[in-house]
Amino acid sequence: MNNGAGRRINGGAEEDDDEDDVNGDLDAWERTYTDERSWESLQEDESGMLRPIDNQALYHSQYRRRLRSLSSTAARIQKGLIRYLYIVIDLSRAASEMDFRPSRIAVIAKHVETFIREFFYQNPLSQVGIVTIKDGVAHCLTDIGGSPESHINALMKKLECSGDSSLQNALDLVDGYLNQIPSYGHREVLILYSALSTCDPGDIMDTIQKCRKSKIRCSVIGLAAEMFICKHLCQETGGTYSVALDESHFKELILEHAPPPPAIAEFAVANLINMGFPQRAAEGSISICSCHKEAKVGAGYTCPRCKARACELPTECCVCGLTLVSSPHLARSYHHLFPIAPFDEVTSSHLNNPNCKLQRNCFGCQQSLLDPGNKPGPAVVCPKCKRYFCLDCDIYIHESLHNCPGCDSLRHS
Amino acid sequence: MASAPSKLYADDVSLVVVLLDTNPFFWSSSSLSFSQFLSHVLAFLNAILTLNQLNQVVVIATGYNSCDYVFDSSSDLNRSFENGRMPVMCSSLLQKLEEFLIKDEQLSKEEPEGKIKSSLFSGSLSMALCCILSGVLMRHYFFDRVFRSGALHPHPRGSPDGPEQYVAIMNAIFSAQRSSVPIDSCYLGSQNSAFLQQASYITGGVHHKPQNLDGLFQYLMTIFATDLHSRSFIHLPKPVGVDFRASCFCHKSTIDMGYICSVCLSIFCKHHKKCSTCGSVFGQAQSEAASASDKKRKTPET
Repeated sequence: MNNGAGRRINGGAEEDDDEDDVNGDLDAWERTYTDERSWESLQEDESGMLRPIDNQALYHSQYRRRLRSLSSTAARIQKGLIRYLYIVIDLSRAASEMDFRPSRIAVIAKHVETFIREFFYQNPLSQVGIVTIKDGVAHCLTDIGGSPESHINALMKKLECSGDSSLQNALDLVDGYLNQIPSYGHREVLILYSALSTCDPGDIMDTIQKCRKSKIRCSVIGLAAEMFICKHLCQETGGTYSVALDESHFKELILEHAPPPPAIAEFAVANLINMGFPQRAAEGSISICSCHKEAKVGAGYTCPRCKARACELPTECCVCGLTLVSSPHLARSYHHLFPIAPFDEVTSSHLNNPNCKLQRNCFGCQQSLLDPGNKPGPAVVCPKCKRYFCLDCDIYIHESLHNCPGCDSLRHS
Repeated sequence: MASAPSKLYADDVSLVVVLLDTNPFFWSSSSLSFSQFLSHVLAFLNAILTLNQLNQVVVIATGYNSCDYVFDSSSDLNRSFENGRMPVMCSSLLQKLEEFLIKDEQLSKEEPEGKIKSSLFSGSLSMALCCILSGVLMRHYFFDRVFRSGALHPHPRGSPDGPEQYVAIMNAIFSAQRSSVPIDSCYLGSQNSAFLQQASYITGGVHHKPQNLDGLFQYLMTIFATDLHSRSFIHLPKPVGVDFRASCFCHKSTIDMGYICSVCLSIFCKHHKKCSTCGSVFGQAQSEAASASDKKRKTPET
């Protein structure tokens, strides 16, 4: 990631950098082919025949690197599970530039949508708000709230870009909003910044210190080149700064912000939060819901404190302000608290060891772990239960399932 | 918690993973004997395989101490008859099941008699999902169901391994929901299984509890043999109301309103000074202040 940011700065600063020289007059679609260099990954076998490209092994090694870097920092660290995140989108002139296809803002909008959905999937108890910067003024597009649809709809309606960008105005606005949230919440800002300048009414350093005092974690994803002021902001407030190289890199960077970040001890005040677990209303009963102010039949939840009707969970009761959740929402966050250990790669010496009983099939899916030539293929082993898994299962287990089938299918004493 | 929407499926090839509960504690007290149960299930498996040539059936046994694959229709395609009496498929399944049961029993002898009598549902469900989802990539089956028959004893919340299995099962359920794999459940025990109800409700599958166990095969065929395409026009048992209320960690009682630890999301019914799960010390009772600020925040909206 840092590497990528660095490359981008060089590319931005000196146009005659040799990589830019090659790509300078190519269209974006041509560039994807030059970047991939698929011919370089061709391999020959012993008899000089071309071997099929082993994309899977490559993909898997990348994935393992990512997993290792995550687990080295994330093991047994308290995570901020209740997050209040403001997404700041730069809608200045620079956002309409066409170096991302079809334009920066179109790419941003597309990936913010996926990000918001992923964010709520991974953090069901968290809330998001959107702030836009346009003509040097920051404007609150949506209030902080828990419904992904309302944010996405509001954003898609307002994508015109004009004027300058102002980091200070945006931070001031967000700081004002985030100061009102309860102390147990983790305050975060994610800034998607297209411009290469900021047009501020006052001293931005004061604003950065103010954000730091109000314990707001600011992260920036740049779309142009690295800027000192963004880097400084992220360093001061404990966020991350990265610059996107292209669309897929941007997507990767933005989705990195979906899993809960480690909580900083002095930021997070442990607290008990009052929550309600409403029961589903009986089918066929008619009542007016408090969120849309419409009469609805059936489907709804009744707030246990004030008996107001809410349409969906999780939400906050519009009448009494009680947070309403259901037990699966809490359960969905538990895997962040009990992460599963990364599996070890099975080395060939391990396989040749006669003392170790060789497992021929993946424990998860029963696929054979042997190559077509009956040699042991790539496999991973769970450090706890010593079961072998194929690479597909490895990825699935760590990215989606969050359970080790081997450990779960043995009773612990 | 909305249930997954039912999709439109153009084709009706199914990969059915059946999780059989072989928990001896349950079958010794059940009115239906295990051999009778097996004969119903074997006929059901045969029926699924004959409904469509491309259908595939995988059987995973869920024991008391372990879980394992006992049958995969793609690996032994031999559907001939042995001695003209029993299909090879059935005999190989029965043989493997017997081996599994013996192994499972041996494992239990090594351990002292405990109070826990639930099966390892989380392990077998995880295996089933691995099997389905890594299979999807390679074999292009998009129409998968996890089906479980047998019983799961109500989750004993007091037992030491209880919470662990709860988290694992919920993880598996969410993963299935995300990959749109419906989990059907047929529950034979006398009490209700909260896990199976939630699993079927969240993933958009069918949960059913047969009233008359002698006609089990009929229930299996009419409800669970339907592929996902025909489910759109067949009247299946309506999902019963699932109780999503939580129970508190301190008294294990179901509550309407409670307090959640902001660090580890433990649920308590009263205000405590310290979290018994993660040990963090709470500040002052901020719930009042929080709801006050909530109200402040709400006023500009309305």
